[in-house]
Order: sequence, then structure tokens, then C-alpha cells
Amino acid sequence: MVNVSVDKRSVKSHVVKSYWVRHWPLYVMLIPPIIYFFIFSYMPMLNLLLAWKQNNIILPVLDVPWVGWANFQRAFSLVPFQEAIRNTIMFSFLDMAVGFPAPIILALLLNEIKFIKFKRITQTISYMPFFLSWIIIGGLAIRLFSTSVGAFNNIIVGFGMEPVPFLNSPSHWVATNVFLSVWRHLGWNTILYLAAITAVNPELYEAADMDGASRFRKMWHVTLPGIRPVIVILLVLTMGQIMGVDFARFMAMENNLVRSVSEVLPTFVYRWGLQSMQFSLATAVGIFTSVINLFLLLSANWLVRRLGGQGFW
Amino acid sequence: MKSKSRLKRATYGDWIIVFLMLVLIVACILPVMSVIATSFSSHDAIMRRQVSFWPVGFQIDSYMDVLNTPRFMRSMAWTGILTGIVVVVNLIMTVLAAYPLTYDSLKGRKIITFYIVFTMLFGAGLIPNFVLFRDLNLLNNPLVLILPGMISVFNMIIMRNFFFGIPDSLKESAEIDGASPFTVLIKIYLPLSTPVLATIGLFYAVGRWNGFQDALFFLQGAPEWHPIQLLLYNIINNLTAIDAMDPGATAPPGWSESVQNAAIVIAMVPILCVYPFAQRYFVKGATLGAVKG
Repeated sequence: MVNVSVDKRSVKSHVVKSYWVRHWPLYVMLIPPIIYFFIFSYMPMLNLLLAWKQNNIILPVLDVPWVGWANFQRAFSLVPFQEAIRNTIMFSFLDMAVGFPAPIILALLLNEIKFIKFKRITQTISYMPFFLSWIIIGGLAIRLFSTSVGAFNNIIVGFGMEPVPFLNSPSHWVATNVFLSVWRHLGWNTILYLAAITAVNPELYEAADMDGASRFRKMWHVTLPGIRPVIVILLVLTMGQIMGVDFARFMAMENNLVRSVSEVLPTFVYRWGLQSMQFSLATAVGIFTSVINLFLLLSANWLVRRLGGQGFW
Repeated sequence: MKSKSRLKRATYGDWIIVFLMLVLIVACILPVMSVIATSFSSHDAIMRRQVSFWPVGFQIDSYMDVLNTPRFMRSMAWTGILTGIVVVVNLIMTVLAAYPLTYDSLKGRKIITFYIVFTMLFGAGLIPNFVLFRDLNLLNNPLVLILPGMISVFNMIIMRNFFFGIPDSLKESAEIDGASPFTVLIKIYLPLSTPVLATIGLFYAVGRWNGFQDALFFLQGAPEWHPIQLLLYNIINNLTAIDAMDPGATAPPGWSESVQNAAIVIAMVPILCVYPFAQRYFVKGATLGAVKG
């Protein structure tokens, strides 16, 4: 009995020792990333206190006097802030309404192409817009849509009609912006659907062939149900990012004539925070956005996991 | 995969699909064509609304003007160097974060993973970062384009998922032979991970080449360090102002229309050259990140 217990103890100390012998290099490797996240992700969180403080752009954050919830109250009473919330949600829903089904349809069509080389070329070209920055797309937008020298308006004027204010009237601007966003992401967003389609059981197509199913019926009754899980998961993930619109997209295409529809939460924070130096107000708006984002992301992730997917992490 | 009867004959349906795909191809290429056409066209032809998708009044002076603008060429070179630095630094940091987290036996692994993933869920936002960079003397300092973005959590997760796919038995047998985790990483994991390293390296490269907002926020007082996209943004914005205020202007101050478009084309060339080769890695990355297995 005594012998056994001694053995156990020595085995245990041996295990502890060999754990550190084996694992210490891993902790050393983790030091730079941990320091990185501490400095650039956690240290700024201290500055979130600004949201409850007076606006002061010079003093260290901790020395600035407190003001309670005044900055939040002021933000919510500002019409531009209300517009920014409305616009953010509006663009997310427009993107979803047009931009979500489009790549599914394109993936189904691509899958039906029999000429393999042509399919590959089409795919490669359709990915191209995704690699262009929003700044460059903003340049393309002016080239195509400006009223004075834009390519489309040249053609419209050539037919003797009035130029269309694609970029200068708020309603046209919204349509142009959503169109360009869909244009940029359409090809790229087919990737996951195409990957899912290759995993559909080929026997199902053969069975459908036996039953004399038309191509459209095979798409509708075999391919689409086969990729339904991916569709559902991507839809939930998209809904989790409703407040997370792309700053560059709106910054690159906005102008003074359409400010009432082009201002979204990230551009609002930039304009009021950095351009007008209202640090406290902009921090409060940032917190509001981050908290809603956190809630939406966690809900979406929870839902995706319940649906059997992998979620964000 | 497809039965032979499906491959044999092309039906009407096939040609309709081919037609739709041709429309898509044209829609993708036409905007780029339009910019290229304008860059080669004369100022008069552009102002007379003659230039849509094909150059009129062919000239290459606009390109000469851009190439002879030191500010522009300097920014291109700097953005290229910056992109190179960012790829190397970010890849090293991302590997250092991803690899240790693949050890099931690592104590504290869950806490460290949460510590990292939480930063993806909740960000402090623009102003708190601005104030931090002010306190760290990073404002108007070119390091602000490198340091704050060293690890993308999303890319780290992709890399970790890839590492998980490498069989543990390789790791264990090397360690029985006395190899440290560091040796295992260098000798076994990295050589097996070239596809994911290429994917993530390209993600970082394209992100840096196309990035402009960090410079817009934090380098306002240091125009000499502006990357190419911010310079383009400033050049293009000039045009929007003219366009909105005075459609009848004949000689715009600053960059004329064709010169602006030449600048856009030059900034687009590197990415258009790289992307056809890069895209297959991106495709791999996109599928690795979102739907595992």
C-alpha cells in the first residue's frame, strides 16, 4: 500500500514537470499576441469612460469631469443620429433583400453551365469586383453615373432625355449604392453556395433524371433543398451584422447633396467625433453601436449553433 | 458526377444560361472599361459627353502626368513596401496566436481563446482608439498603419481550423523523439500549411493595399505617409465637388478628369494582376473559414 502511494506521488510530480517541459514554449509564443490584444483591444476600453464625461480632447481621460448619461441623451435627441440609425438599418435590409438571393441564383446558374472552361472564366471575372477597394468603386461610380460626364448619362442624353441624378438625388443615390454593393459582392458570395452544391448527392440527380424531371425542377427540388442548411446559416449570420455597415462604402460614395441618406453610424462617429471633435458624444454613439452589435452577434451565433452550423468562432 | 446524357447535347436552356453569364461578364468589366477609356481620352471629348466605354481623342499625356507626380509615385511605392511589411508581421503574429491554441492539453486554452475572440465581438470604437493612439504617440506616425491591425481574429480562426486538420499523431511522434513545440511548428506544421499561409497572407495583402480608413483617421497631419487609397480618395473627392457644384466647368482645378482616371487605373493594376492567381487561395480561405468540413 505504502509503495503504491509513493509511486502515485512521484508519477504526479513527474506529470506536472513534464507538462511544463512540454508546454512552456507555447506560452512564450502566446506572449506577443496577448500583449497585442491587451494594448490594441483592451486598453482602448478604458477610454470608453469618455461617454460619461465632459467633452475634452486634451486632458487624460481619467481627469475629465463626469456628466452621467448626458452624452447619450444628447445623441438620441440629434436628428442626424436618428437618421444615421435609420439609414444603417435601411441599407442592411436593402442589401439583404437584393444581395442575399442574388448569389444563390447565380450559383444555381453557374452550376448548370456545361462548358467547364466557360464556367471557370465566368467565375474568375465575377470575383473581380470584390478585389476593388471602395475608393476605386467610388471612382467608378462617378465615371459611370455622374450627371455631367458619366457614361450612362452620356447615353441617356444621347437619346435626347434629361440626365438622371444617380448620385445627386437621395433616392437615386440609395439605389446606386445598393446596386454597387451587390455588384461588388455577387460573384464572391457564390463561393460557399458552389461548395455546398458540390456536396449534394449525385444519386439524387440520377433519380430525378429517371423520373424525367426537367432542369428547372431538378434545381428546385434537388439542388436548392441540398444547400438549404448553408442558406439558413448565412442568412442568420447576415442578420447578426445589421449594424455593421462598411464605413468605406459610404465614405467613398457620399456627397453633400445626399447626406440625409448617406450618413450611417460609422460615418456619423467619424464626422462628429474626429471632424467636429465631439469625443464624448461620438464615444457614446460608438458604445451604443457596439452593444447592439454584441447582442446581435451572440444571438446569431447561438441560433446558428442550434441549427447545427459552426457559427463565427 | 453528371450522367453522360446531361453532358451530350446543349439545349436552349444551356444557351439562355450562357447568355445570362455573358451579361454578367459585361456588367463586371464595363465599369473598368469606362475608367480606362476616360483615362486615354482628351479633355474636350470627355466634356462633350463623347466618352462612355471607348476612348475618344486618344492621348497618353494623362498617364505621363500621373507618373511625373512624385506625391503619387511615392505613395504607390510606400503602399507596396507597407503591404510587404504587413504581410510578414501579420503572418508571424497570427501563427503565434493560432498554433498554441491547437494543443488540447494546454492549460488556460479556453480562457486565452475567449480573451482573443471577445475582441472580435466587442470593439471600443473609433474615438477610444484615437485617444489611445494620441497617448501612445501613434498619431501621424506611420506605425499606426501596421501595429493596430497585426492579428485579424477571423484569419486566426481560419488558420487554427487548418492546423486542427493536421493529424495529432505527427505532433506526438515528433515530440517522443524530443522535438519541442517550436520545432514541431517550424519543421512539421508550417511546411504542411503553405495553402493556408498563402490564403491568409493574401487576405492581409489585399486588405492593406485597399485600406484607407486608418490613414484617414490617424494620419491627417502626415500626408507623406498616406497610402495610395487615401490619396486616390482625396483626388476623386475633388471631382465630386466639381461635379456637384458646377457641371459647366471646362477646366477643373487640380486633377483633370482623364488624369484622375489614369490615377485610378494605375492604382488598380497591381490588384488586377494579382487577383486571378490569388482568387483560388481566397476561395479556399472563404470555405475554410465559414463551413468547416
